[in-house]
Amino acid sequence: MAVRDDLRTFKNAAWLGWQMEANWTDPFLFATYSVVKPIAGTLILVFMYVVITQGDTGGAFFSFMYVGNAMYMFVADVLFGVTWVIHDDREHYMTLKQVYIAPINFYTYIFGRAAIKIAITTVGVILTLVFGVLVLGVGIDVGAIDWPMLAASLVLGLSCLCIMGLALGGVSFLTAKHGEGINEGVAGVFYVLSGVIFPITVLPPWAQGISKVLPVTYWMEGVRRGLEPGVVSELGGQTGLAGFSDLTLILVLVASSIAFLFISLAIFKAADRAARRKGKVDWTTTY
Amino acid sequence: MTETWLLRNLRAVRGRAYPRIVGANRELSWVFFDVTLPLLTVAAYAYIYKFMNAPSELIGFVILGGAMTAFWLNILWSMASQLYWEKETGNLSLFMIAPISRMSILAGMAVGGLFFTTLRAASTMIIGVVVFGIALDMSQPLMLISVFVVTMIALYGMGMMFASLYLMFGREAYHVSNLMTEPIYLASGFYFPVKLLGFWAAAGASIIPITLGLDALRQLFYPVTGTQYQFLSADIELAILAVLCLVFILLSKLSLDYMEKLGKQTGRLTLRWQ
Repeated sequence: MAVRDDLRTFKNAAWLGWQMEANWTDPFLFATYSVVKPIAGTLILVFMYVVITQGDTGGAFFSFMYVGNAMYMFVADVLFGVTWVIHDDREHYMTLKQVYIAPINFYTYIFGRAAIKIAITTVGVILTLVFGVLVLGVGIDVGAIDWPMLAASLVLGLSCLCIMGLALGGVSFLTAKHGEGINEGVAGVFYVLSGVIFPITVLPPWAQGISKVLPVTYWMEGVRRGLEPGVVSELGGQTGLAGFSDLTLILVLVASSIAFLFISLAIFKAADRAARRKGKVDWTTTY
Repeated sequence: MTETWLLRNLRAVRGRAYPRIVGANRELSWVFFDVTLPLLTVAAYAYIYKFMNAPSELIGFVILGGAMTAFWLNILWSMASQLYWEKETGNLSLFMIAPISRMSILAGMAVGGLFFTTLRAASTMIIGVVVFGIALDMSQPLMLISVFVVTMIALYGMGMMFASLYLMFGREAYHVSNLMTEPIYLASGFYFPVKLLGFWAAAGASIIPITLGLDALRQLFYPVTGTQYQFLSADIELAILAVLCLVFILLSKLSLDYMEKLGKQTGRLTLRWQ
């Protein structure tokens, strides 16, 4: 019974999220927004790259950078999607208090709302990758894709990101207009330190130490090994994680997800208690 | 135009600028995020160039572009979207009945926004330059200041114009601002020389004042090597920017008047949640 209730909450929350993301927008604007934004973000890197190589996009590093940047959309949007629910419902639409006291599982509601963000991001990632392969010659060979590795990395990585987003959501219960800054800050740290657009070996040694405790670093490596195994083997030791077997990478992701599950739940519950005590569940700080 | 009218509007400018100059700096965590977030992107892009053994001026271009993103984000989220947020929170109707020119409100937003964003952008720039050990040429300070000031006047004039136009977007304002983030970073060459886009694309992007401003500042900071990446010469860019200043301020007045007229006709100007 509880599972059915949760599924219904999830479905309705996802539908609400879709309405808020898409249906209140002009369809042309939304479609343009969903396609142009990610591709423009990626093209910035492309132009930065070609200013050095004089137009050549054939190198392994180009594919490394391109795929990393495309996959990073998940990092930014999933963290943002989960955390923004609290901020948006409370500050902008001022409906959080009603949702909060409704007889539903609040976690299910949050993840339902975030699910639609993941779905929209997935479309953006796929379009960006297709554009890269067809127009820019990004080194993804569909026949060479290691599907089990890709699927396992994606599922574990996205779960881990959702769980981390929950912790940030808890923090945004207690903060005034900081939700965006915290999200972007955490996502930005991952962007610099997780080997998203350049191998972590270019970082100073102390920063490489931090990189190796961030789950996103292993996620990026796992996804690349699944999606572009040829590029990863061509770059070899430069990625900094060549010594890790595929199985080890997956195990690290599993362990990270479990660890962050406990940490995030603890943070969220503590923040939730503090928000109730301080009257911040329906707090408005002039959005 | 009486002295009382002028003083009242100057007070309105000061009053609207006050929360941005004083209030925005009270919350230190906001200052922290505003300064460090652009640095993260700048650092990531700079490391790409380091990995590719690129010339150091390209890292300097990235740092300068990263600092300038603060101004563009301020235009989108604190100028263009502002009247829409004011409508949502109920302040817009108060602005409309106040015995002042609506241009004073917009000018106050611009002055305050420019002040606090300049502090943040300068911090980002200084930290970036120190961390990545970039050398900048300061041999033409007057030209540097002129280009920066004229770019900002044109840019904030554009922001004032957007503020009125955004009232038409309603809930879509959020999407429009999002849509104008990365694509504008791309079109304006925030992280690479805009010349790479080709002449006509760069010329089209020059309608956004930051495109020419950034290109001119890069030439001035790197007078020897920067010119090989220039789109137009800094003098010509300064002249075009001066024209854009006048055009955008005039258009902001016209668009504000149009929105006000439209609002009175339809009765929806201050209607929330639409």
